[in-house]
Amino acid sequence: MNFGFTEEQQMLRDQVRRFMQDDLPLTKVRTLAKNGVVDRDLWKKIADLGWLGLTTPEKYGGLGLSWVDLTVLLEEAGRGLCPLPVVSQALTVEAILTVCRKKQCETWLPVMAAGRAICTLALYDDPHWLHPEGITLKGKPVKKGVRINGTKPFVADAMSADYLMIAVWVDNHLYLAAVSKDQVTIQAQPQMDLTKPVGNVTFNDVVIDDDMMFRLSRKQLAWLTDLGATAITAEAVGAAEAVHAMTVKYANERVQFENVIGRYQGVKHRLADMYVDIESFKSLLYYAAWTVSNSRQELPRAVSLAKGYASDAFAQIGIDCIGLHGAIGFTAEYDAQLYLKRSKWVRPMYGDSEFHLQRVATLGGM
Amino acid sequence: MDFDYSASEEAFRQDVRAFIKDNLPPRHERGPDFLNEWLQKVRARGWVGFSWPKAFGGGGGGLVEQAVLREEMSLAKAPPLGTSFMGLAWVGPGIIQYGTEEQKQRFIPDILDSKVTWCTGYSEPNHGSDLASIQCKAVRDGDDYVVNGQKIWTSGAPWSQWIILLVRTDFHTDRKHKGITCLLVPMNSPGLEVKPIENMAGDRHFAEVFFKDVRVPVTNRLGQEGDGWKVTVSALANERSSIGEVTQMFDKLDTLKELVQHTRKNGKPSRNDPAVRRRLATFEMKIAAMKYNGLRYLTKQIRGEPLTSETSVNKLHRANLEIEMDDFAVALTGQAGLHLRGSDNAVDMGSWAKSSLSWPNVVIGGGTPNIQRNIIAERILHLPKD
Repeated sequence: MNFGFTEEQQMLRDQVRRFMQDDLPLTKVRTLAKNGVVDRDLWKKIADLGWLGLTTPEKYGGLGLSWVDLTVLLEEAGRGLCPLPVVSQALTVEAILTVCRKKQCETWLPVMAAGRAICTLALYDDPHWLHPEGITLKGKPVKKGVRINGTKPFVADAMSADYLMIAVWVDNHLYLAAVSKDQVTIQAQPQMDLTKPVGNVTFNDVVIDDDMMFRLSRKQLAWLTDLGATAITAEAVGAAEAVHAMTVKYANERVQFENVIGRYQGVKHRLADMYVDIESFKSLLYYAAWTVSNSRQELPRAVSLAKGYASDAFAQIGIDCIGLHGAIGFTAEYDAQLYLKRSKWVRPMYGDSEFHLQRVATLGGM
Repeated sequence: MDFDYSASEEAFRQDVRAFIKDNLPPRHERGPDFLNEWLQKVRARGWVGFSWPKAFGGGGGGLVEQAVLREEMSLAKAPPLGTSFMGLAWVGPGIIQYGTEEQKQRFIPDILDSKVTWCTGYSEPNHGSDLASIQCKAVRDGDDYVVNGQKIWTSGAPWSQWIILLVRTDFHTDRKHKGITCLLVPMNSPGLEVKPIENMAGDRHFAEVFFKDVRVPVTNRLGQEGDGWKVTVSALANERSSIGEVTQMFDKLDTLKELVQHTRKNGKPSRNDPAVRRRLATFEMKIAAMKYNGLRYLTKQIRGEPLTSETSVNKLHRANLEIEMDDFAVALTGQAGLHLRGSDNAVDMGSWAKSSLSWPNVVIGGGTPNIQRNIIAERILHLPKD
């Protein structure tokens, strides 16, 4: 019985935290996010550190570690609002491992782990419905391939991606289509959280070869969705801790009515309640991450408990941390606002609290 | 991270299960001597005071085994391992940590053997949450302390034989936390009077306790004079992992789900109502959070890392759940939810109505939610005291 991290995981945490402080402080995050493209030097650097192949099996050029290790990476990335598409890359690795054949794993995964390709995964078209029918992009079978016309909205990190895995219906079957950026038109879409760039991907009479189309069962779709929720929540833990720490520090410095405001219960009790919430969705998230590699059948309930908690709790933390700062928190210059935007971004991603809690009820026999 | 138990821990779990199977008959088959026999048997196994040192009659067991024992006992809805809840939870550990050799010999065996029940004399009419300001006074007179003053909200006082009592021995100190002393006092001492108070649920669990020239031998002092606050704080910190508690909460959630299955709202089954479903899921989410918080803190303890005040996190969850789950059940069943035992219309024999009036036992005893928030804010977040 041991619900803690190993020394190696602790070292990984320190390493990521140092990287975020030295190479990617919030000033730089702001610049990168504004430009909307990935800094390829930084991308190469984190590839060299092994982070882009953390969960990729060793035979495919990765480190072969677990989702608990990935959680450590994402938690620290989230703490610094890392704008690099680490989550998209990690989810695409899992998608390839889930739906592709050995041949693609052998050719694609080592390139991804080495940081020579940026990849992303796009599942749902509907903004608020995580269901196979929430995928509406359709393809038509043609000779030796599938012809796709239409637009996939809400594609994470689309503008920097070299390759994209896009969910599409063909006849009555779901597929993931593997496409290169040159085959499609990608348009950035302005959205609240600049550290999470998103684009729409348009297929204009594109024919995808049969060997680039991979059947996606409903079960696999659900699996990838749960992994997405796990990854997003891991980032949310780090981000929530960061904005909370920022606000605790402010409450310890800001003087009003001759006292630091952290002395007033209206302030300190809210900060204590935030601590309770963060500790709690963190514990639930760690358990969910553990089930990914150790107890797959428990993942749906575990991740729904974690994301069901984190979605609303983090959103409220984002709002209240701005509120406790007062007007300074409202300024563009002050960093707390970046976290409020992340907290709103996290809420619908891979299921809001309503989706996850209704699923918890169902899984609990209701 | 590893949720598996070692071979010896697993063997211990099987041992506990086998014991339960052999010794815990269904309720309706239990005779009048059942509880006494049960208490003797678990005592013989060394499971009472499981982690206490063997030298004082404890089990000398490890933290993980203790968690396993509590979990299995809760799963089986077994009776407690001893009749003195407070004796086992903090009086015993406090005596082991601060007591003299003579006190250990005198008090520990009786707690383990369920021969005495202890209550806790902390709160006073004017000092509840602000515990360090207590005024109940003890003056040294030869080999005795002479105690005068009053305690209140003393749970278990009507039936306890002993009280662990906080008194003020120094009224001239500049810091109120100093000058407090801890005494171990027999409830049948001359001059000690207990007046039970009826609570809103109709129970008489707690009481006022009056002290008029009560003489307590100096040999009954726990720790040094003036160290009472330190003794109290570290004794309360002895409350270990809450795994048994979590099992009970999950159990209560199951009962609540049962109720939902048989309840209708606006003429339709409640179980299909999204708001009802969501509420149940929220309870499950909070209880699961308590479980995994508890396991994280247990891991810290096993690794020998200091726990600051993390237990306050789960205490806050517990407080909310205690209030909300019963209240939800009462609301779910409309007017019938209000009916008490004896009413033809009562739900589950009025048990939800009754417990919806009993939550202060857990929520206020041991520190109110706002005190827990203060503890988190000051000891973990290092915000200033107010």
